[in-house]
Amino acid sequence: MPVIDVKNVIGGYGGAPILNGVNVAIEQSDIGVIVGPNGAGKSTTLKAIFGLLKVSSGQVLFNGHDIANSLPDKLVPLGLSFVPQEKNVFVSMTVQENLEMGAFIRRDDIGDTLASVYDMFPPLKEKRKQPAGELSGGQRQMVAMGRALMSQPKLLMLDEPSAGLSPRYVIEIFETIVRVNKAGVAILMVEQNARQALTFASKGFVLANGQNRFTGTGAELIADPEVARSFLGG
Amino acid sequence: MDELVFFINKVVISGTVIGSIYALGAVGITVVYGILRFANFAHGDVMTLGAFLTYVLAAGLAAMGMSAPLPLGVLMLPISMVLASVAANGIDRAFYAPLRRKGATSIALLIASIGVTLMLQGVIRLFAGTATRTFYDFEPKVIFRVDLSALGAARPITITEPQLLMVILTFLAVLALHLFLTRSRLGKGMRAMSDNPDLAQVSGINTALVVRVTWVIAGALAAMAGTMLAMDVSLKPDLAFNMTLPLFAAAVVGGLGQPYGAIAGGFLVGFAETLAVFDWSVFVRPFNAYLPEWAQASAGMSLVPTEYKLTVAFVILVIVLLVKPTGIFKGIST
Repeated sequence: MPVIDVKNVIGGYGGAPILNGVNVAIEQSDIGVIVGPNGAGKSTTLKAIFGLLKVSSGQVLFNGHDIANSLPDKLVPLGLSFVPQEKNVFVSMTVQENLEMGAFIRRDDIGDTLASVYDMFPPLKEKRKQPAGELSGGQRQMVAMGRALMSQPKLLMLDEPSAGLSPRYVIEIFETIVRVNKAGVAILMVEQNARQALTFASKGFVLANGQNRFTGTGAELIADPEVARSFLGG
Repeated sequence: MDELVFFINKVVISGTVIGSIYALGAVGITVVYGILRFANFAHGDVMTLGAFLTYVLAAGLAAMGMSAPLPLGVLMLPISMVLASVAANGIDRAFYAPLRRKGATSIALLIASIGVTLMLQGVIRLFAGTATRTFYDFEPKVIFRVDLSALGAARPITITEPQLLMVILTFLAVLALHLFLTRSRLGKGMRAMSDNPDLAQVSGINTALVVRVTWVIAGALAAMAGTMLAMDVSLKPDLAFNMTLPLFAAAVVGGLGQPYGAIAGGFLVGFAETLAVFDWSVFVRPFNAYLPEWAQASAGMSLVPTEYKLTVAFVILVIVLLVKPTGIFKGIST
């Protein structure tokens, strides 16, 4: 059974729908990457899964349960976690407090999770008492991902995790994402660095105008001449 | 020496007392702004409501013939704080929450809070009339005098028992607030929501619970500030109406949404007011013998006459908005 199964979802912010029947399904072991031109509904798909906009028709199944239009405070305890593209850290709070906020829903001891996040992002351990707003872009992205991992999610959704980062950090973030996935967390992400992201994606989805255009493994999509010409810049 | 005692009585003690009142009131305004992003003009009247609740409870105890080593108003303060936080939550449920659900702008909420102000004032007058009351109708006001005749001062330093207790309670309230915001899960969640409401929601923080806790803090501290003010001066239905401007000045000076800023801002506005109305001639008068006649100091060398005290807060507010609109602690800019 797929961990997340988005079936024919139509939805938007109340006006004309932005999603016109999107289908996205990935297994627990997958890294799913959603690519496509601007305005295709990539980020909107993630937001629809996470209850941040209205799903007017279709189904969003998480491990078989319909979670369409559930709010984040219900979804995070179920095992979904989301890293927005922008404003994804609490700038006035310390790195450690940011991570603690990711574990807000947990009432058990978070010490082990905290230690494993610091293991994954060693620079954060040094800066744990520093306000997140003082960190560099790459380190902020680490805080944002760390925060999302603190709830011990089964599915981690990332909205353009490499946006605005220097090439060195892009590689680092992608490597981290693969590592998180190897640890058993399904990944669903939207990426502008489409070709690079599809190289490590086990599932790829090309969206345009709020609909699926191509679906396949990452390698299939890169090999497809039409996808390459239309969506991956040749 | 007498001049110094006069200064301590008029500026240090008065400034600390009024600064404490402003600090507690401004914290309520700033946390509500931080979480719900609107200027709550009804906050002053929640202070008045809290003061009346304390008064009713204390007068009730006195009528039953009770007396205590502490002033009854201070003794009843915890109960009125609880009642005021329930009332603040009730006001939110009844008026602000429905507006928020409809996506009302912060201006609409501000106007609604002015409506709540008028309603609260009306309700208080309905039950209590317009008379001025004091907590010392039913028990004496204990005044401590620190005799400094050994140091050559003719007049003592005077501080009343409620003043002393209230300053101590303010310190404890600020300490409790600090521990709550920095140590507790819910307190950190509150700071997170004030910092970035969307990310707080995405993180799974129970935002409805944070809103309730915000009103609990605002209501409880308002009852405390209102009771302090009523015990220091007198209790009137429009007790806190003149407080609104200094409270907003304190919150803006400190940076909206910043509880520590509001505390600093409260004391800053409090001391600025007392310094501005202080009669500085007492310090110049000893030198009269050495000064030419045209430079002789007479009484009344204050910067602002007492009845215009409110202008001090207004001037501070204008200066801050012109020079540093985000306040000293870099709050949310509007």
